[in-house]
Amino acid sequence: MTAAIEVENLRCEFRVHTGLMSAEKRVVAVDDVTFGVPAGSVLGIVGESGCGKSTLARLILGLLKPTAGTVLVDGKRLFDLDRKARARLIQPVFQDPFASLNPRRRIKDIVALPLTAQGTFSRNEIERRVGGILERVGLSAAMGERMPAQLSGGQRQRAAIARALVLEPRIVICDEPTSALDVSVQAQILNLLADLRRDLGLTYLFISHNLAVVEHVASEVAVMYLGRFVERNETDALFRAPAHPYTSALLQSVLTPEPGKGVPDIGLGDIMPDPSNIPPGCRFNPRCRVAIERCRHEAPARMVRPPQGMVECHLA
Amino acid sequence: MSALLEVEGLQVGFGGRTAAVRGASFRVEKGETHCLVGESGCGKSVTALAVMSLLARGGQRSAEKMSFAGIDLTTLSDREMARLRGNRMAMIFQEPMTSLNPAFTIGSQMAEVLTRHKGGSRAAALDRAAELMGLVGITAPGMRLGQFPHQLSGGLRQRVMIAMALMCDPELLIADEPTTALDVTVQAQILRLLANLQRDLGLSILLITHDLGIVARVADHVSVMYAGEVVERATTAELFRAPQHPYTCGLLSCVPVPGRVQRDKPLGSIPGVVPAIGPGFAGCAFRSRCAHADETCARDIPRRQAGQGHDYLCRLEPDRAELQPA
Amino acid sequence: MSEPLAIEAPQPSSTGSSRVGSAAFAIGIAMVAFVVVAAVIGNALVPADPFTQDLGNRLKPPFWMEGTEAGHLLGTDQLGRDYLARLVYGARISLLIGIMTVITSGLIGITLGVLGGFFGGRVDDVVLFAITTRLSIPVVLVALAVVGLMGSGLGLVVATLGLLLWDRFAVVARSTTMQVRNHDYVSAAWCAGASMPHILIKEILPNIASHLAVVATLEMALAILLEAALSFLGLGVPPPLPSWGLMIAEGKDYMFFSPWVIMIPGVALAVLVLGINLVGDGLRNLLGSERLR
Repeated sequence: MTAAIEVENLRCEFRVHTGLMSAEKRVVAVDDVTFGVPAGSVLGIVGESGCGKSTLARLILGLLKPTAGTVLVDGKRLFDLDRKARARLIQPVFQDPFASLNPRRRIKDIVALPLTAQGTFSRNEIERRVGGILERVGLSAAMGERMPAQLSGGQRQRAAIARALVLEPRIVICDEPTSALDVSVQAQILNLLADLRRDLGLTYLFISHNLAVVEHVASEVAVMYLGRFVERNETDALFRAPAHPYTSALLQSVLTPEPGKGVPDIGLGDIMPDPSNIPPGCRFNPRCRVAIERCRHEAPARMVRPPQGMVECHLA
Repeated sequence: MSALLEVEGLQVGFGGRTAAVRGASFRVEKGETHCLVGESGCGKSVTALAVMSLLARGGQRSAEKMSFAGIDLTTLSDREMARLRGNRMAMIFQEPMTSLNPAFTIGSQMAEVLTRHKGGSRAAALDRAAELMGLVGITAPGMRLGQFPHQLSGGLRQRVMIAMALMCDPELLIADEPTTALDVTVQAQILRLLANLQRDLGLSILLITHDLGIVARVADHVSVMYAGEVVERATTAELFRAPQHPYTCGLLSCVPVPGRVQRDKPLGSIPGVVPAIGPGFAGCAFRSRCAHADETCARDIPRRQAGQGHDYLCRLEPDRAELQPA
Repeated sequence: MSEPLAIEAPQPSSTGSSRVGSAAFAIGIAMVAFVVVAAVIGNALVPADPFTQDLGNRLKPPFWMEGTEAGHLLGTDQLGRDYLARLVYGARISLLIGIMTVITSGLIGITLGVLGGFFGGRVDDVVLFAITTRLSIPVVLVALAVVGLMGSGLGLVVATLGLLLWDRFAVVARSTTMQVRNHDYVSAAWCAGASMPHILIKEILPNIASHLAVVATLEMALAILLEAALSFLGLGVPPPLPSWGLMIAEGKDYMFFSPWVIMIPGVALAVLVLGINLVGDGLRNLLGSERLR
């Protein structure tokens, strides 16, 4: 199966000034990330704050310039294309429905923006397409005339999805699309995303910190920690038998709605992951329960697990 | 048997327009964790603020009964309430980033709580602060006392908040979504901490959350809120075993449970949105989204019993056929 | 699906102070509106001409004092010109100066601020440098110098003030742009392939406009006062144009005997500037509930 999107050795470094007198610090937000997603499937990317998943999304979308690496969509190098060409291939759905729609424009103008920006569509064509996509996501034409403030969170997210799909892209990057929504609305949106993917043959990159949601949505999952993929596998396999200690810790910390089980002790310790201060050796070693001496000074190599999986751990 | 915190018929409105809380009744027993669960806009945070008399300007509250440790909260003056707040009733909030004053050290903020309520020297207060920081699992408390909030991570700040709330040995801790802004691994740590504190100090906790996972793992009793009302109350085990109110059932079916995921089947969801409730609204607020609604739902809704300590607001019979597991 | 309604978040409707606040806003609007109406149709209503001199009728007092002359409600000035007519004409000048200056300085300041705030880096460095340079210039002295060197005139005053009073626009535009730039809808527009002009004009600008409106009212008041000061010093609008500042200047020689000559334009200035400031305050209160996030 051809990969719809291929990311190769993507890297993003920031230079940060921590104080007037101290030297510049280098923060590696994304460190040598490589993966491919088969057409029509969903890759879930999970990780906690500071792991770089949002930075990764912004790199792929062209909102940030990478320090190194490349992204290929359908074999074309994404960064060689101009923004309009890129827009036809890849679109985002962001987390905060209140911040992802311009509060001063009407919904239908917001949804039409990708079309109007191309400059090649007639007004009638734009109207037709906007009407069609609004209906497809469950918004009435009347709602198209409204301003974002008049819509609920779930409806705004539908509008954001409509905007992402109106140009019929190949890839949709969903950056925590339901994290800011109520549980009952979250389910509606996830169902909508699943339907649309099936009907339009889309490929999703689904970024989330909510493992339960990712398990429901993704066919494969990659776990990110301090800028690197530390494990990737098919969803069921990953959830059943995580290979990386961080993945295990993440899975254990998910609080399922099952009464009587109490809160698990994950034993990760107090040290918080700090992208500006990545530990030597395996970057997870200070918090790892099963770390051995080797982990403290030797970074683990990438071990491939066919067909698409990988893990970076000395003990895997 | 009297509970530590008893709230009966609480109503909170803002400027006569919106009714944020239209009838909240619940009890927090001594030494237990009671969860107020609901989605955004259901009024759970406002309920907590009303109990603590921390409503924004323009908020009016009224209650048939609101008592803490036998003291009637509705008749207290501002001064008397201030003496209770932070002292015997403490509260921690959702955003650890904004709950601490960035201009003062951790130590001075914590010490202030104790010296204000119980007097004593600043040195003694700082000692107690260090002791509590150790209790909540903060390493090197002595150093932390001199640090400023921005030097700490979110999880640490939330622990500091908890320690600060404990300075005066409160009997009740109200926690408003204390882990929502934190990473999932840190969340587990904080919740474990709260459970340990409850066990060791006999603390009673009113925990407000939207996360049913937290409710299941942490709560002894649950009150489910929807559109300003408590629509179902039960013990945790009961609520998850046999939810009665259609909203509760809908909510439970929406939550994806890892390990029981069916990727090809859509997630359960509740159609529609929360309606705007103005003054003069009658009947059940859920009827516009309920599959079992009929015309009687627009009138007064009875409170039904479904077992020991389990009641809910609905015209439907308890343990009816549709609720039996398929 | 039932017709959805937006969830109404409880607005803390503060009582006492907000009622005072909105009363002040209303009063401000009334004051400004009054002056605007006077400026627009005033001279059509007042029979006398503001420029016709009548040396036989000099310094006649206004209607509430004795010795008043019929046909001159507010008396006459030292050259016998009708004071009411001059006052009303002066309103036109003040408002014109205020509006034209704000437009000029707004264009300069907003452009600089938005470009610097959006692009950051080198562009922002240049903009910041320009702002700090401008802030280190004493406005009144420079205005005086320019006008002193190049002569006075309405256009010159507007140009000078417009080129000097843009700093607040730039600072506010820059900081608000920096906040708005991080919002997801700007990122979404970028990803949608929108052109840079579109993003700046259609996505950023409308969302900072309300804050700029507040600045505009403040700058307008300031411009009007500055013009009055310049005219008072003889370096603003040239006579016989009846700028209020000029009227005060011309009247200062007669201050002790005919105090109304400086009181009336002084009060008019105060009314207009106070009104504009109240409107600005009211706007800021209205927008205060709107978090910029």
